[in-house]
Amino acid sequence: MVNFILRRMLAAIPVMAMVAVIVFAILRLTPGDPAAIIAGDSATAEQLDQIRRVMGLDQPIYMQFFIWIGQLVRGDLGVSLLSGTPVSQMIVDRMGPSLALCLSTITLSVLLALPLGILAAWRQGKLLDRFVMATSVLGFSVPVFVTAYLLILVFSLKLGWFPVQGYRSPDEGLWMFVRSLTLPTLALSTVYVALIARITRTSIIEVMGEDFIRTARAKGLRERGVLLGHALRNAAVPIVTIIGVGIALLISGVVVTESVFNLPGLGRLVVEAVLGRDYPVIQALILLFAFIYVLINLVVDTLYTVFDPRIRY
Amino acid sequence: MSSSANTALATPGTAPAAIRSPFRRTLSSVPVIIALAALAIMVIMALFAPWLHTIDPVQIDPTQRLKPPSGAHWLGTDAYGRDVYSRVVYGARVSLVVGLGVAAFSMVVGLAIGVAAGYFRWVDAIVMRIMDGLMAIPGVLLAIALVSLSGASLTTVLVAITIPEVPRVVRLVRSVILSVRNEPYVEAAVSLGTPTFTLMLRHLVPNTMAPLIVQGTYIFASAILTEAILSFLGAGVPPEISSWGNIMSEGRSYFQLIPGLVLYPGILLSLTVLSVNVLGDAMRDVLDPRMSRRL
Repeated sequence: MVNFILRRMLAAIPVMAMVAVIVFAILRLTPGDPAAIIAGDSATAEQLDQIRRVMGLDQPIYMQFFIWIGQLVRGDLGVSLLSGTPVSQMIVDRMGPSLALCLSTITLSVLLALPLGILAAWRQGKLLDRFVMATSVLGFSVPVFVTAYLLILVFSLKLGWFPVQGYRSPDEGLWMFVRSLTLPTLALSTVYVALIARITRTSIIEVMGEDFIRTARAKGLRERGVLLGHALRNAAVPIVTIIGVGIALLISGVVVTESVFNLPGLGRLVVEAVLGRDYPVIQALILLFAFIYVLINLVVDTLYTVFDPRIRY
Repeated sequence: MSSSANTALATPGTAPAAIRSPFRRTLSSVPVIIALAALAIMVIMALFAPWLHTIDPVQIDPTQRLKPPSGAHWLGTDAYGRDVYSRVVYGARVSLVVGLGVAAFSMVVGLAIGVAAGYFRWVDAIVMRIMDGLMAIPGVLLAIALVSLSGASLTTVLVAITIPEVPRVVRLVRSVILSVRNEPYVEAAVSLGTPTFTLMLRHLVPNTMAPLIVQGTYIFASAILTEAILSFLGAGVPPEISSWGNIMSEGRSYFQLIPGLVLYPGILLSLTVLSVNVLGDAMRDVLDPRMSRRL
């Protein structure tokens, strides 16, 4: 097990290295001179040269890459061009709302989607199943921001139950915190619920055809015991996999949701950095999100062995 | 060869019931018909926009700002006095172009890379590492970074949305190629001295078509969504182009006053994506039954 985790971690290193190369390439190879952007329209040629020297842009491209990697390895993510704050500091400052939003979304999605998927599988082909499946296609298709605005329209503007926008940290009172996160969580969850419910249904239906399910029924187990004790446990691997893969979807959703609800998290920081062409921040955030994605999928891989002891590495 | 297959070959008009029925059943189901109709309406909107009671979607009229729906402005006007209905109708063009463009681009590029990776081991080792790296970066994030850095234009948006989609196509194509490259008929073709390129085109690529078309449908849907997200965040097509995302992005500030500015294009966008997804599911059931059992 430990051996496996170590090997799996080693395998994640080339992926991260590749992400670093891609991020670097995107920022350096796309048209547009970073120095010119920083200096503004009125800069003279000397000023441009100076900025290039300070930023190391006068070095050959491979040297720039290695200098940058060296800084990364030492934990130096650079300094924001707009605010002058170290990027690592900005990430720490803005992490709270995003973390809260992601955790609440994943929790809510799993709590909603698992029962829905199990019910749909249990009633395969029946009205309930069709309803759940139809809703899940809908959940895939309605973009997060449309769901978000519909929720705002109904629950904030018409009913006045939740604030339209804004974030309250838990220090300002748990109730305010929960209220400010409710609509964003609901909006962001729709896609995730759809995804997990769908995969839960198919995996359980697949497992239900196995011999051990017949055995479980034959020994007189109730349907609930068969579904939860045998089918769900054996369907766990694809479900956990989709939760891991869905992290990419979740991160994209966080960017949109935080913008709609004006939550001061990492997602909105991305948009601010992109609109302000704040290169070091964009670079660092893409790397960070890719790192999170790789890390979570690493965790998912190790979870396989927990859910399915037959899997040996 | 079985006799039923022979009959099918002899008289192509009358395929055996076992082959014909899933097509028929899928294509005549109510959701699929509704989806097809919805898409047809959208295509008509996009093609015939100038003749659909539209006013120039970029025409600004300061005296008619933020008006409610009326006979002259079916969906009201926006903050610049532009006709929302006309903007939404013209917006269908952008969505359609982006959807088709990204689906076509990513399928062609992904097919080429995927076939090469599946066939040549040395290409595989390099290409799949790059694809792993690309897939670790959330698609929307990669796309907004690409657009913002290379300047907003329809072409940049197309390219920026295509790049994150390519790895998915490559993986799909590669897995199909890997599964067929050791089939006896491929070996036979190799031993007959078929040139590699011909071999790929004639014996390998056709196997990828069914799953590729299904995947293409999903890419079409996801590209329309991504374009709307990019424009909504202000990092998409230039603001002077009427795209659904742009209309929503500009309508955000007036949402409490006129929710329609966000909701009309939003609902149309959702319906379009929904229709494409329903069609995609139907095509998957017909073309790729194995995949349909998996998801």
